[in-house]
Amino acid sequence: MNIVVNGTAHAIESGPLTPLLDVLREELEITGPKAGCHQGGCGACTVLVDGEPRRSCLLPVAYADGAEITTVEGLGTPESLAPIQQAFVHHYAAQCGFCTSGMLLAAQAYLDGGGTDDPEAIQEALGGHVCRCTGYAKIVDAVAAAARGESFDLTQTAVGKYTTVTTGGAT
Amino acid sequence: MATASLAGTAATEVLRPTSEAEAVEAFGDGDGVLVVGGGTIVVPDLTYRRLRPAKALLLKDAGLSGIENEGGRVTIGAATPLAALVDLPAPIGPCAANIGDREIRGVATVGGNLCAGEGYEAPRGDLQGPFLAVGATVRSAGAGGIEEEPLESFLERRRSRLALSISFQTPAAGAFAALDRPHTHDYTALAVSGARGADGTIRLAATGVGWWGVRLPSAEAAADDPEAAGRAALEDVDPQDDALASAWYRRKVLPVLVRTVLTELEGVA
Repeated sequence: MNIVVNGTAHAIESGPLTPLLDVLREELEITGPKAGCHQGGCGACTVLVDGEPRRSCLLPVAYADGAEITTVEGLGTPESLAPIQQAFVHHYAAQCGFCTSGMLLAAQAYLDGGGTDDPEAIQEALGGHVCRCTGYAKIVDAVAAAARGESFDLTQTAVGKYTTVTTGGAT
Repeated sequence: MATASLAGTAATEVLRPTSEAEAVEAFGDGDGVLVVGGGTIVVPDLTYRRLRPAKALLLKDAGLSGIENEGGRVTIGAATPLAALVDLPAPIGPCAANIGDREIRGVATVGGNLCAGEGYEAPRGDLQGPFLAVGATVRSAGAGGIEEEPLESFLERRRSRLALSISFQTPAAGAFAALDRPHTHDYTALAVSGARGADGTIRLAATGVGWWGVRLPSAEAAADDPEAAGRAALEDVDPQDDALASAWYRRKVLPVLVRTVLTELEGVA
């Protein structure tokens, strides 16, 4: 079996019933997809399979044979974040970060499908994803901002956050 | 490189048929064969080693996916993903749209949903209800060859059969009502489906009041009076306590859902 992950082709040694999540994390050491519940209930392992959001913990790797997989590692780079990642940073849509890669990929699929900034539509698209920090409002805000095509100066976002702390008397 | 799931399935022979005929032959009489449709139910069972099958039959490339409509007679391949059913008429479309979330519906299959075993904590197989309501028939393979039968009898022996397709006549009107789910990863605690045939016959079915979907014949007999039908439905069921709801709550809500469905059917010309 062969899969392409973030543009790189891999021959897979794992058995055909192995969940794609385990192939990514254990065989290929691509750890962006998180193993939250390993039974499809949390969305932390969501990746794009030929552009469609899929729970990688539920997908036998045989079902991804020949597919192109996108994980959060392929979404953007630290130097050049994807627009949806910029929106997450700007809106403080990540807290502990465990759900973030799955949220980002589900959101990216939503945006790729022409998703709008309608909060109900965003909630429907991300409805299978659990945020254990319960930071849903900011996540929906971030996806809505990205859907509107807003751009952000993250240098200013970071400075503003830092300045608030330092001018508040912190030592 | 070693994973728990890999270790758990290493002894399983994996069969990947590329046609219906190959799938039927590979399934044989079904003994020791785990059927993998989309995988959303069985893959966690494999991962956690609750299942250790001798053989796993992967249906993705077996040509069992697709929806055909010939003069109102709809036939759905067993490996068709639930997402493809969302736009079908009520009660099927609204029920399909109420299962899982976008990602689950994209891979979970009709056959897997119909054949879902009793859940560990709650009943599964949401589509059994609407398909019972529209009087669907199931074409399946197994011991004795390929046979087609009403869904009611198929459900009784679904674990020994390989579902190939399900067919139904599009009803003149349909309706679906369900208890809200707290989250998309929850199964539906209780749902009622209704359909009115071209001859005016009303069929009603419920899921969540037993370990698989059931018809509501007493309610059907009283269908002219939604209030009475709701009360009558309680004669047709024996609800259970489970992780989703108590039997007491289900008995309180079932008449409401029956009334809702019948009222909606009345309003559809």
